[in-house]
Amino acid sequence: MSKKKSSEAYQKTFAFRFFRWFGGEKDPYLGELEMQPQDEYHVSEEAILRREKEHDAIMDKVYDAQHNKGLHLFHSLYEITSVLFCLFLIALLLVTVSYLPAVGTVTRPVNNEVAKRYIENGLEETGAVNIVAGMILDYRAFDTLGESHVLFVATITVLILLRLNKGQEDQNDRIFEPKNDAILQLVATFLVPIIIIFGIYIILNGHLGPGGGFSGGAVIGAGLVLYLNAFGFAKTERFFTEKTYKWVCFFSLSFYCLAKSYSFYTGANQLHSIIPKGTPGAILSSGLILPLNIAVGLVVACTIYAFYAMFRKGGF
Amino acid sequence: MTAFQIILMGLLIVCAVSVSFSKNLLNSILIYMSFSLVMSMLWICLESPDLAITEAAVGAGITSVLFFVTLKKIHAIEAVKEEKQAEGKTEEENHE
Repeated sequence: MSKKKSSEAYQKTFAFRFFRWFGGEKDPYLGELEMQPQDEYHVSEEAILRREKEHDAIMDKVYDAQHNKGLHLFHSLYEITSVLFCLFLIALLLVTVSYLPAVGTVTRPVNNEVAKRYIENGLEETGAVNIVAGMILDYRAFDTLGESHVLFVATITVLILLRLNKGQEDQNDRIFEPKNDAILQLVATFLVPIIIIFGIYIILNGHLGPGGGFSGGAVIGAGLVLYLNAFGFAKTERFFTEKTYKWVCFFSLSFYCLAKSYSFYTGANQLHSIIPKGTPGAILSSGLILPLNIAVGLVVACTIYAFYAMFRKGGF
Repeated sequence: MTAFQIILMGLLIVCAVSVSFSKNLLNSILIYMSFSLVMSMLWICLESPDLAITEAAVGAGITSVLFFVTLKKIHAIEAVKEEKQAEGKTEEENHE
């Protein structure tokens, strides 16, 4: 039940005045306060000179090391105290280190049931020959998801800081640079395909050998940066624009979230997962690890390229 | 620990100290790159090739490239031509 007020009664309420003030329709001080322009601040030349002279005199008095005994004492005390403080810090750190468990003892906190379980049941439970990949993308997939998002957030922050607006394109330092360096272009023609193929190999082989999404993505990103340096933005913009970055990151991250949500849900509720484990050692094996590696690799490669492009050009 | 690993460790310390004592920022970055390369070799010696690949790609490659770009952006590295011109100018000023 709302009580209707007449418009006159409403105009007397606080809310009406507040919203009128908030909307900027009426300045509450206008007509009620007397306003005067400020007097300009004048300083005579004599005053400035006098002040400078006083300042110099004080400085001479304070920093005259031969006659100022307090300063002399302070300097020697300062040096002694800094050395003592450094020694104290070193001693503190050394004492702390001595409390750490010795290297290689059985009772170290590292040697607990978690590591044992990873090593003994890792191959069976994740299907990945590379135990590290199984750990990163299966047992601790939630951490890796967080890492991918940290990268994404970092790119967004760099975008906020370095992005040039539409009118500022003349500040783009790329315009004033020499292009088409023949040596660099020849080297890049040979190297870039090899680097990118090596990166793809690292990603696709992540569950079988050393490597994985992050390292492979970094290698591909480095290849893209080399290509960009050799051939300029006009060539790379044919296949990589801001839109590409947005959609690749969106699809990869959301695929990662959905796939891992499914596997967490089935794992926590003891349900049967429909994702096959495959035979360990085959390229199509180890369940979700291969697609997750691809997703992480895409995000990392795009992020590294985007970092570089934004540092150079203030955009993609 | 083999002799090779000890040599690598020594190189690491030399690199780390010389990064902080180098006056030229460009040299610092190059030494830092070599630090990452030595580190990635050490990772292989410690039987973690995963980390070695990542260290080589990120530490030696991308971080240094981003450092170069940042130094260029804040005009800490000038192009060679500009440097020569600036030197020529200062010499002329001295002569005058």
